[in-house]
Amino acid sequence: MSGTFIGMPAFSPPTLPAFSPPTLPAFPTAAKEAVRNPTLRRNLRYATHTIRAKRAAAVSELDDWAALREAGRQIKDHTLRHLDRYLLQLEESVTAAGGVVHWAADADEANRIVTGLVKATGESEVVKVKSMATQEIGLNEALAAEGIHAYETDLAELIVQLGRDRPSHILVPAIHRNRGEIRDIFTHEMSEWGRPAPEGLSDTPAELAEAARLHLREKFLRAKVGISGANFMVAETGTLAVFESEGNGRMCLTLPETLISVVGIEKLVPTWRDLEVFLQTLPRSSTAERMNPYTSMWTGTTDDDGPRTFHLVLLDNGRTDTLADRVGRQALRCIRCSACLNVCPVYERAGGHAYGSVYPGPIGAILSPQLRGTASDIDASLPYASSLCGACYEVCPVAIDIPEVLVHLRERVVEGGPAVRQGAKVTLRPARGHAAERAAMRAARWTFRHPGALRAGQRLASGTRRLVPRTLPGPGRAWSATRDLPKLPPEPFREWWRRTHRPGGQAPADRQEDQR
Amino acid sequence: MSSRDVILGRVRRALADVPDDDTPYEVAVQRGYRRAHGERSIGETVDLLAENLADYRALVHRTDAARLPGLLARLLAGRGARSVLVPPGLPADWLAGELPTRVADDAELTPHQLDRVDSVITGCAVAIAETGTIVLDAGPDQGRRRITLVPDHHICVVRVPGQVVSSVPEALGRLDPARPLTWISGPSATSDIELDRVEGVHGPRTLEVVLTSED
Repeated sequence: MSGTFIGMPAFSPPTLPAFSPPTLPAFPTAAKEAVRNPTLRRNLRYATHTIRAKRAAAVSELDDWAALREAGRQIKDHTLRHLDRYLLQLEESVTAAGGVVHWAADADEANRIVTGLVKATGESEVVKVKSMATQEIGLNEALAAEGIHAYETDLAELIVQLGRDRPSHILVPAIHRNRGEIRDIFTHEMSEWGRPAPEGLSDTPAELAEAARLHLREKFLRAKVGISGANFMVAETGTLAVFESEGNGRMCLTLPETLISVVGIEKLVPTWRDLEVFLQTLPRSSTAERMNPYTSMWTGTTDDDGPRTFHLVLLDNGRTDTLADRVGRQALRCIRCSACLNVCPVYERAGGHAYGSVYPGPIGAILSPQLRGTASDIDASLPYASSLCGACYEVCPVAIDIPEVLVHLRERVVEGGPAVRQGAKVTLRPARGHAAERAAMRAARWTFRHPGALRAGQRLASGTRRLVPRTLPGPGRAWSATRDLPKLPPEPFREWWRRTHRPGGQAPADRQEDQR
Repeated sequence: MSSRDVILGRVRRALADVPDDDTPYEVAVQRGYRRAHGERSIGETVDLLAENLADYRALVHRTDAARLPGLLARLLAGRGARSVLVPPGLPADWLAGELPTRVADDAELTPHQLDRVDSVITGCAVAIAETGTIVLDAGPDQGRRRITLVPDHHICVVRVPGQVVSSVPEALGRLDPARPLTWISGPSATSDIELDRVEGVHGPRTLEVVLTSED
């Protein structure tokens, strides 16, 4: 690609490292690296603690929060229960309002559809509103492969794109960067993508925001194609809604001639009225505000106002597989608020990159292994990226019982069993890495069924307790590296009971001695 | 088989375990939440709107019909605005004061031309007190969505108390989803740098809301 006009990078923008599960290390390996990075930990700690307190205050303003949360849960569950019906209703209402509906079974198909639509306009660049769905399918990379430049316009996405980085948070993809790092990225990289950063740019957030405003404005004003996701789609009316703060969303949704929205099929709600619940719960859970600065709602196309052409690409990409799991399907209620990330002690320390997915944190730990399956190291390890403390469930505005799904997925990883992949029933094999755990559990099961063996084993263990190591050998080492092994008593309980309570046994008076 | 059929088929198979349920939607979801939070008089609701708008850094002014044109002229002059966008249906008597060059909301305006306009004045469809939100529905006194986006200074006139509701549920009942809607709560902002809110990114960096009483 040659530099044909001002603002076009003189060469193809470097492709960002995508989240490609087969090549990613398992969570513990990736997390270990992150935990050793003091800057990262400081950035994350500061940001998550700031937002935690704000969210609690914003939620406490509404004394009917529990009822809103329950209504949100029920609306989403009902929609999922009748998803086929509501998808057809949505298709009909979007079409009636002047939109064109496309269906994409997987990421490749969605990328093909979008790339084809952009090419049909004759344009070679697009502006993008931050969208989890398009990140999930790697749309930017797919467009770049066809010579189309996709410009991210959300401030945090811009920081990630300019820094050739990966997003690490659902709401604030550049949460792992502090203001000084952002200043450096802007100063060094903006000129390659368009308007350079102002001379002598400082690291105050206001100046950084101003630099982004100037850099992106030329792109907004000349853009002919916008690409977005959506937070909600209303089946009854065909309305789509995008919640945002900066105005970049409004720019992408109203200035271009063509708008393409790529939306997961689970983003549906049945009726217009349902938005009254999520307009209250999403902003307070997400940016911890009474309301986010801008929400755009559009229904098809409007004559002489906004894009003349509107395409909606409905994306499956593992969602129907997730829907097939009785326990795991509740993850599809997620409205991507990111409250669970901000309260999670594991996320706070490990950061988003360790999760190896565009969906990090607790919700990512249950969503990624369901959308992608548990075949890769990273996906098989994600259900373990949690201490099961339950803080995520407590803050979730649609009451997803994340710990319940984590435990369910752990069982699936260890035991294998029936699952659905790409619409087909499959039987998963037990994961290799958990052979020792399975063997230990099998041994335990056998031992508890054979009291004689249990008794003999306990006696043996007590008798040799001075020889028992403090850490486990072999595959058990990782487990005992962060835990104390229980101390073996000098005498098994059952022995002690028989000795002290048997008729003619010793009096309980010497119990204290036994404690020694 | 089309991908549409593939996806719908997958959905139906995925739900094979779920028992049939034909409860009508109106009763399928328990809506135990409130229509509005707290008991307030009309005056108190307007006060709450003003308070919440200001809390998110909108500049709030209160006036009445007689003083409105003078106030609008002063606000524009105070900004040093040389041009102001005016939607076609804005009441003519609002514009009786001394105003800078007026620019019509024209479909032919290019985004670059729009970018050179300093200010825009609009009405609104509804304002929500509990959240400090104004909603535009592209009505004749509000114009196309882009005119309240590209210029850096937006003055929005809210007729009080007629256009003010307490809560989000009350607002949705007044809005028509077939129209393009823009919900605005304060000026453009971002929380993307260390999760701290900073006002002023791509949308208008200055939002002035004029609450004009109808009586």
